Amino acid sequence: MSYKTKIAARAAREVRPGQVINLGIGIPTRIPEYLAADMPVWVHSENGILGMGLRCRRGAEDRNLIDAGGSYVTLVPGASFFDSALSFALVRGGRLDVAFLGALEISCTGDLANWIIPGKYAPGIGGGMELAQKARRVIVTTTHTTREGAPKILPQCTLPLTAKSCVDTIITEMAVIDVTPDGLRLREIAAETDVTQVQARTGAPLIVPEGELPVF
Amino acid sequence: MIDKTCVIEDIRPHFTHGQTVMVGGFGVPGTPFTLIDALLASGASNLTLIKNEANEDHMGLSKLIEARRVQKIITSHLGLNATVIGMMNRGEVEVEFYPQGILAEKIRAGGAGLFGFLTDIGIDTILRENKAVVTIAGREVIVEPALRADVALIHAAAGDRCGNLIYERSARNFNPVMATAAGRVIAEVERVVEVGSLEPDQIHTPGAFVDHVVEIRQLTAEYGILAHHVL
Repeated sequence: MSYKTKIAARAAREVRPGQVINLGIGIPTRIPEYLAADMPVWVHSENGILGMGLRCRRGAEDRNLIDAGGSYVTLVPGASFFDSALSFALVRGGRLDVAFLGALEISCTGDLANWIIPGKYAPGIGGGMELAQKARRVIVTTTHTTREGAPKILPQCTLPLTAKSCVDTIITEMAVIDVTPDGLRLREIAAETDVTQVQARTGAPLIVPEGELPVF
Repeated sequence: MIDKTCVIEDIRPHFTHGQTVMVGGFGVPGTPFTLIDALLASGASNLTLIKNEANEDHMGLSKLIEARRVQKIITSHLGLNATVIGMMNRGEVEVEFYPQGILAEKIRAGGAGLFGFLTDIGIDTILRENKAVVTIAGREVIVEPALRADVALIHAAAGDRCGNLIYERSARNFNPVMATAAGRVIAEVERVVEVGSLEPDQIHTPGAFVDHVVEIRQLTAEYGILAHHVL
């Protein structure tokens, strides 16, 4: 199982029946593949869809039915379409239960940086800032470190923020970590690793609960 | 009987140098490719364009930018267009980014005859730099001015001769808000239908907002499925 598959599969277990969720581009778009087929959940897409289904099988694409990343998608029964202003009224107005987002950096107080590396990467803001700031729960799905092996979880973000104190949970290929008022709390650990390794690759101190940690 | 239908050749004189042009669409769905081609053929330059994104490389809005007709783009995200990102990085086109829903709301406010609105989106980020900030209910919020354009280019699935429009699926996106927020609103439609044949309850944009309706003669390849997005 690739690390992206592992992260998406674990992230899917955070979804509760009846929730309205939004899936950022990248790892989060793979989460629906790991949801139970009978899980009653509404996937919101920024471009004006509530009730998005799985990606469309080859040959059945509708030129007018894409997700925010341009992939052709399907609908679930009860789906609806709306304009971009209403789409973000849903987000900012508090009707979005969970946003799954990617990250460049996350601070130990839940600050998120994921939209710009000044001078290197500046494709724009998209819907991410409103999702990060206004979703009732923000779950970051990301590799634990950068490609170069540097920690993404830090005492403070060094990059410009997407939103302050917005992240509730971080899911990586190594661990599930909750952002709490006391700091970063290790909740689960991947089968392939141990607490020492997770802490070594995390740039901020982890609170490790006593006793056996659940393994994923 | 009101008849706002016209042919694409009638549209060209409405495009002039230095205009601000709002363009509907999010990716391919809802992008008025035929009207964009007419804007390109008009030769108008020094344009300010407002669109969610700049389409993908060499398509739609990107053609105008690549042809150096555009001074500035007001947008949300250019992530699927490396050509325009390169031009932005080399200073060949000015880009102003907004959070996607804030861009939509600026247009909605402009269309509703408002001067702007207050929002806390981006208040803890670099987005607040050089913006007016006020305190309301004890919280700091950004004053976000409304956006309007000289011309709005809209794509709809169907329109009648009075300008009533119906959009299809995820092709709705920015089109309804933009159709309220420009001095001249031009809609391309995939089919023109007779007045009275659209169910009043189903109309998305009432005809009062629309000045011209152009029937697309042919859905070109640009409107079709993009192979690199297929599973």
